[in-house]
Amino acid sequence: MANHEQQSNGNGEMNQLKIPEIKFTKLFINGEFVDSIKGRNFETVDPRTGEVIATVAEGDKEDVDVAVKAARTAFDQGPWPRMSGFQRARIMEKFADLIEQNNNELAALDCIDAGKLFMMGKLVDIPAGAASLRYYAGAADKIHGEVLKSTRSLHAYTLKEPIGVAGHIIPWNFPTSMFLMKVAPALAAGCTMIVKPAEQTPLSALFYAHLAKQAGVPDGVLNVVTGFGHTAGAAISSHMDIDMVCFTGSTEVGRLIMQAAATSNLKQVSLELGGKSPLIIFDDADLDKAAGLALQGIVHNKGEVCVSSSRVYVQEGIYDEFEKKLVEKAKAWKLGDPFDPNTRQGPQVDKRQFERILSYIDIGMKEGATLLTGGKPWGSKGYYVEPTVFADVKEDMQIVREEIFGPVMSLMKFKTIEEAIERANNSKYGLAAGIVTKDLNVANRVSRSIRAGIIWINCYFEFDLDFPYGGYKMSGFGRDLGLNALHKYLQVKTVATPLYDSPWL
Amino acid sequence: MAAAARRISSLLTRSSLLLSHGRNARAGSGVSRFSTAAVAEELIVPPVQISYTQHLIDGKFVDAASGKTFPTYDPRTAEVIAHVAEGDKEDIDRAVSAARKAFDEGPWPKMTPYERSRILLRFADLVEKHNDELAALETWNNGKPFEQSAKAEIPMLARLFRYYAGWADKIHGLTVPADGNHHVQTLHEPIGVAGQIIPWNFPLILFAWKVGPALACGNTIVLKTAEQTPLTALYAAKLFHEAGLPPGVLNIVSGFGPTVGAALASHMDVDKLAFTGSTETGKIVLELAARSNLKPVTLELGGKSPFIVCEDADVDKAVELAHFALFFNQGQCCCAGSRTYVHERVYDEFLEKAKARAMRRIVGDPFKQGTEQGPQIDSEQFQKVLRYIKAGIESDATLECGGERFGSKGYFVQPTVFSNVQDDMLIAKDEIFGPVQSILKFKHLDEVIRRANQTHYGLAAGVFTTNIDVANTLSRALRVGTVWVNCFDVFDAAIPFGGYKMSGIGREKGIYSLKNYLQVKAIVTPLRNPAWL
Repeated sequence: MANHEQQSNGNGEMNQLKIPEIKFTKLFINGEFVDSIKGRNFETVDPRTGEVIATVAEGDKEDVDVAVKAARTAFDQGPWPRMSGFQRARIMEKFADLIEQNNNELAALDCIDAGKLFMMGKLVDIPAGAASLRYYAGAADKIHGEVLKSTRSLHAYTLKEPIGVAGHIIPWNFPTSMFLMKVAPALAAGCTMIVKPAEQTPLSALFYAHLAKQAGVPDGVLNVVTGFGHTAGAAISSHMDIDMVCFTGSTEVGRLIMQAAATSNLKQVSLELGGKSPLIIFDDADLDKAAGLALQGIVHNKGEVCVSSSRVYVQEGIYDEFEKKLVEKAKAWKLGDPFDPNTRQGPQVDKRQFERILSYIDIGMKEGATLLTGGKPWGSKGYYVEPTVFADVKEDMQIVREEIFGPVMSLMKFKTIEEAIERANNSKYGLAAGIVTKDLNVANRVSRSIRAGIIWINCYFEFDLDFPYGGYKMSGFGRDLGLNALHKYLQVKTVATPLYDSPWL
Repeated sequence: MAAAARRISSLLTRSSLLLSHGRNARAGSGVSRFSTAAVAEELIVPPVQISYTQHLIDGKFVDAASGKTFPTYDPRTAEVIAHVAEGDKEDIDRAVSAARKAFDEGPWPKMTPYERSRILLRFADLVEKHNDELAALETWNNGKPFEQSAKAEIPMLARLFRYYAGWADKIHGLTVPADGNHHVQTLHEPIGVAGQIIPWNFPLILFAWKVGPALACGNTIVLKTAEQTPLTALYAAKLFHEAGLPPGVLNIVSGFGPTVGAALASHMDVDKLAFTGSTETGKIVLELAARSNLKPVTLELGGKSPFIVCEDADVDKAVELAHFALFFNQGQCCCAGSRTYVHERVYDEFLEKAKARAMRRIVGDPFKQGTEQGPQIDSEQFQKVLRYIKAGIESDATLECGGERFGSKGYFVQPTVFSNVQDDMLIAKDEIFGPVQSILKFKHLDEVIRRANQTHYGLAAGVFTTNIDVANTLSRALRVGTVWVNCFDVFDAAIPFGGYKMSGIGREKGIYSLKNYLQVKAIVTPLRNPAWL
């Protein structure tokens, strides 16, 4: 604890940056900000202090109904799916420009709402959000169908058509990235949509809705219903007039969404769920770099990342030295006010998450794992947790099997490549994996052998607009990002007609 | 000949009669211009300055190494409007060396695709901002109607660059399933220094067709503009540098084919050549590439495209489309629908209406609002078109209207329609590249397919029918790179364009154009104990 600097814990000089005035707190339906039908509101809280930032309209089933109706009308009769891809692209590019113009305000909203580092938002998340709109804008006029080879004298082709009304249910850990990761490809495809942001982080989504309207996205195309999962979220996933639902969040909730889709209208489902991603470090690794990567892998965004490297496997030849380095680095890691540019780690998103992490740390100790560093809350206020590393961990322990979603790493030792592969795959999850080695053959073999949606070799968290991303096994199905994400929002229609007197087939 | 002249004058009388009953006043003045008096009217002064006349090499405007210049003209008057640096081999050497450096060392291919795409998008923004200047300069130097430049071509220039900007960060290689324990990937890498030679009929549109995909893929460029229209590419390139294009990435050398063009095509340090122009010159370009460093070549050459009006056609619509297909851009389109095949059942009605439509065509100062047709590009083309008209008359095709120079100044040609044209006549075989429509009659579908394909060209075709089976049969049977069914000259950025047979090699625009500017590298390595193959 003494290793962490204390001066900016949730109060005092932390507010070097003016916290923005909260402009949008109502539901955004059919181009207007409106109260919820029942007139209910809920509070959103600053995780640095636990204090209320704003009260936000609480959407429920009847609000979702109104939003779906708006989206349906916008899809069935409105201009959006009838525009050329290029016309949609021009509006999306404008939307991207407006995001860049409001960068500070958006980064501040995510910072106070989610405890995310302000500078990370300003330099990475918000610009990448704008870039993702530009990326999919560039794809909007490149949605090619195919002309088919028939076995008979038929002329046939495919049309890739927008799927219709999409429901997006997104989490609180990357409010901006998740919002645009779902919305941008859906817009490019010509879909209309309802977005339900997480109840912890409703603010930036409403601001984005406002910017979308300013950019010229027609009314009804993008609707935002703030509220809770069991009410607004459930209404979306079971709605008879929504054509697909895309969800990012926990595996348990993913299961509920898929069930709701199955029992309602069999809407298509895309799920990006939990993970327990392995990072495998081989004997030939550069120790210092590997330790840095492993620590980043678990503390980045306070461990509130579905691809966090929460299981670190280190080959026995370097294990002891690696452990030493890792602990040193973890102890020097700087927690504090996320507005402070020197801060590397802010508070967990809310009290519930904070308590859940601490309870897992407790479980780890009870299970007999050795706590190498961390293990406690940091400071006296807000929801900060120290970077925590457990050693002497067994594969069957709860802290190795379950997703903690906090800065808590399980450090393990392995002997052979076969053993590393087997243990890495010994999980119900399959979201991501990291490999640190200089050996080409090891890198190639492990890359293919691990059952996960993205493999990082000598790097971690390398996301890119063009890199599809999603899970194997119970980490979900469907892919976000890249052109794969665009195709999620498209139906394939085959058109065939007889062909007479064709000189070739 | 005398008979033909009589026919023309009678047509003119008829048309002025028609017009005196007046559809509108503008049309009236249009036809009165069949007399020479009209062109004597004062021409509109183009609302733009000529600021850039030097070569653009390594980000700087420079004189020709020889210090020479050549005149460029206003085709409305044949008057000189500027003197432009005249390049030669030495200038090409300088430009290639700048492009080489920018490729081998410079930032361009090393930038992230997203950064490259941002520069292309910023350029598109600047094009939109300078729409009217670019359009005025294009019309001044080329003679095409200003409304066409300002409302269609310059917006299309921006559209093309936005389209290619969107490709820059989506150029995917493949992972390849080899038979055996191998991990195989392909990298799609920029090909290097691209040499590009563009024609005068659509100077900026073809600038975009060439420059857009080459830049999106990360190449550097040496571009030779047509000697007739050197001005707009220089202006556009200036804007490109304002948008953040690094020096040396796009170099422009003005000059003539036998000197500048030949030096580029035979340069040992140019990795790729793209040419749009005549089939004759295309042959030379291909030969020079073969003799020098075997650089791959894409060619977009001449055409003699059929426009087939089927028996079910709505004649009024067919006439309008066939008219547009031939006369658009003064008939100076490589894909012009220059063989109008009309089914015998609708032939007579079609002919009468096609003639009437041609006579209504408004010829005049391209800067004047409502003008449909400006002058041909230069004296050579003007003379060539008139020679073909003469050949048509001599071969006993029936001259229905037009047939002569329009006015007494500049390179205007009357909209000309021939009927009774036979497949073996020169006007049905050669590319005229002017406002001369040849109408031919057909009876059976098989017959028109055979006749339409009986040419060494294969660039495009128009099909006019609402019968789905006929449309499908014709679409497949015609040996051409583009079939327009119930439309013509639809040139979106996403639609590939290029020729079968002697109309060229390769495709431009669309996803297909990227291939022209990419090398494919396969990377193969053994896989030890892979989990799967």
